[in-house]
Amino acid sequence: MAIWIMRLRLAHHLGKKIASLEALKLSSWASSLHPWIPASLASSDDRYASKLVRNPVARYAARRFGSTKAQESVSEVTNGSKQVMDFPGGKVMFIPEMRFLAESPGERISCYRVLDDDGQTISGSSFQEVSKEIALKMYSDMVTLQIMDTIFYEAQRQGRISFYLTSIGEEAINVASAAALTINDIVFPQYREPGVLLWRGFTLQEFANQCFGNKSDYGKGRQMPIHYGSNRLNYFTVSSPIATQIPHAVGAAYSLKMDKKHACAVTYFGDGGTSEGDFHAALNFAAVMEVPIIFFCRNNGWAISTPTTEQFRSDGAVIRGQAYGLRSIRVDGNDALAVYSAVHAAREMAIRESRPILVEALTYRVGHHSTSDDSTKYRPVDEIEHWRTARDPVSRYRKWIERNGWLCDDAESELRSNVRKELLHAIQVAEKMEKPPLAELFTDVYDQVPSNLHEQERLLRETIKQHNGDYPPEVPV
Amino acid sequence: MWGIARRKIGLGNFPSPILGQVLQRIRPMGSALPKSYSTAAKEMTVREALNSALDEEMSADPKVFLMGEEVGEYQGAYKISKGLLEKYGPERVLDTPITEAGFAGIGVGAAYYGLRPVIEFMTFNFSMQAIDHIINSAAKSNYMSAGQISVPIVFRGPNGAAAGVGAQHSQCYAAWYAHVPGLKVLCPYSSEDARGLLKAAIRDPDPVVFLENELLYGESFPVSAESLDSSFCLPIGKAKIEREGKHVTITAFSKMVGYALQAAEILSKEGISAEVINLRSIRPLDRGTINASVRKTNRLVTVEEGFPQHGVGAEICMSVIEESFEYLDAPVERIAGADVPMPYAANLERMAVPQVDDIIRAAKRVCYRSVPMAAAA
Repeated sequence: MAIWIMRLRLAHHLGKKIASLEALKLSSWASSLHPWIPASLASSDDRYASKLVRNPVARYAARRFGSTKAQESVSEVTNGSKQVMDFPGGKVMFIPEMRFLAESPGERISCYRVLDDDGQTISGSSFQEVSKEIALKMYSDMVTLQIMDTIFYEAQRQGRISFYLTSIGEEAINVASAAALTINDIVFPQYREPGVLLWRGFTLQEFANQCFGNKSDYGKGRQMPIHYGSNRLNYFTVSSPIATQIPHAVGAAYSLKMDKKHACAVTYFGDGGTSEGDFHAALNFAAVMEVPIIFFCRNNGWAISTPTTEQFRSDGAVIRGQAYGLRSIRVDGNDALAVYSAVHAAREMAIRESRPILVEALTYRVGHHSTSDDSTKYRPVDEIEHWRTARDPVSRYRKWIERNGWLCDDAESELRSNVRKELLHAIQVAEKMEKPPLAELFTDVYDQVPSNLHEQERLLRETIKQHNGDYPPEVPV
Repeated sequence: MWGIARRKIGLGNFPSPILGQVLQRIRPMGSALPKSYSTAAKEMTVREALNSALDEEMSADPKVFLMGEEVGEYQGAYKISKGLLEKYGPERVLDTPITEAGFAGIGVGAAYYGLRPVIEFMTFNFSMQAIDHIINSAAKSNYMSAGQISVPIVFRGPNGAAAGVGAQHSQCYAAWYAHVPGLKVLCPYSSEDARGLLKAAIRDPDPVVFLENELLYGESFPVSAESLDSSFCLPIGKAKIEREGKHVTITAFSKMVGYALQAAEILSKEGISAEVINLRSIRPLDRGTINASVRKTNRLVTVEEGFPQHGVGAEICMSVIEESFEYLDAPVERIAGADVPMPYAANLERMAVPQVDDIIRAAKRVCYRSVPMAAAA
């Protein structure tokens, strides 16, 4: 927050015209294109400036060439012979002493937090108020996510599903961020965000159906477990390659901007995902194209066995936002209220100003990377236990709700046992349900099934008829 | 129509004044020529064809937009998108930073949400930097999401060898992309192909890889009046028989169609009547047309510019063996580029790419007019 305020003052300092042009907002189209004029043109008269705002093609051309216009060098003698000259990119001050920027800013970027470890609001904290209804739904969904993760993980260990991936320790990130968005905001997840789907209304049965790949699975049994997707809930199907969803989200945000929808795109990724080329390209692009998007980095300290010290040498992900020209914030990911407030504010800014925002949530991945991983092999067990118990986001949030008198012990245990019962029932139903029929092997490769696939299906059915005994009986034809 | 006139002359790429003169000379004999001959011969370069196709599709559907390096201010690295920035503005024609992975991914994301992007690669060699998005994010998405996410995107750009650009700028990617289920792969040859196929690609709901050829951009072809209409469209998955023949079928795509036509002309003087098929669509491959032709001629030569192993010719040969084995009177021959990264020196480059002579020799071999290659070794 402090950094944004400082930059705002700087902007005023550089050009008064910028503020007056902001006020001009002549047509809604022009304003959605964010009429920022480079400082080098800020001295031109209002008629030119207003013509620029009205005509986006001219404004684009002006911005494109603004920093390469030849200007007389302006020499400002302050602090001993400092000179200003222009280069492509704008005006820079020269200094005679050779000075390298330090590789780290000295002090790490501070972290926004509202609730202390005891669930009490820190004095002087500012946050977005939540109604009792929303607050309780947030808590209920966080508990549901915790129980769902525990039970599905067990189911995988029992061999009933082939794979699972938990979000233990990141319940606040999942649910609180989702609560601050609307259903019209498009979500591009990595894979550790089922809580967002849960908040939006995906039922336990729907989760179970996808994990078991039965005929009610919206993915028609084509993907491994936890690759949920829902058109209806604006949640894009989980895709395994890391960080590919980040530029996708920018593209979708661009579509939203072109359609002038009052919504933004939101994409989630981990600390490891920020190393991918896609992360760099997407952030850079989003800033250049000025699209309404929230980049949400779940910095949970681990990328499978790679700790963040081996992942990058920058101060986390938040510092990179500034490098790309993005407004960014670092937030305590285990503090549900802080996450809620930050995402709420980010969404407002993203949509109103059509700009990308980076939110880095610091947290800890309490569970193993997935059921294929045993994290005790590369990190100490007591570290895991510490974060599981003393730093649990769910119990911290519960303390705050209890302090407000919104929850009592009975309701808590009733909630937990109800969720357990419902989930176990959903798993039973999903397990018994039929698998998708044979025809679904060949559909959706293209919009229309091509002739060669019709042919292959025909041959397959013939083979099945001829060798009926060899075909598994529980798979429908 | 004009195609027949062209075949008699045996040239695919005459500039218009000469074509006009030659046509006048054969006019008295022109009993086979169609009625539309009386209108002035309209010619168009492949570049103009692509530009007009983009222009018309962008005008018809506001969701279509173009994105790539140099497509806007520079008017396109090969001037394909000339005038589009001026006409449609920077929101529909986007100049991008240098990141193929970035803009391919962003294009896919835009397509997920409902826009219809046309992503331009400066050459398809650079598409390898974005190939994860083309295959994992675009091609497979409709299937993996069970029809919930459709990706109506077009990836286009020059493909294959140009002239003197070396190994990293000359590879043909037809076989690479045609390997992947979920993609459609198109390879136009003439201006009419370029117009019709690009329009079809943009309107198609599936991801399409549209492989152009840099050397063909400047070539002029006659175009029919019908193809100039803004609703004109060619069907995806249909090959075109450029020249009918009786003795041997020659399949080709992109630039090699021109070479095949030249070879066919020379072969006809030696009594071998070659049928030249312009594949137009690599995936889906028009197996019906290819097999019908082989059943008629009984001999097949496949021609492509790319590397021989696992190439398009191998797939065509297999298709013919599966469906028309008994009709073959000779083994199938494939002509492909040399199995080396493209050399730079002009003499070496000429030897690394198929030439008209290679096609003629292969056709003669399958017609048993010359010693087979194995015996000569």
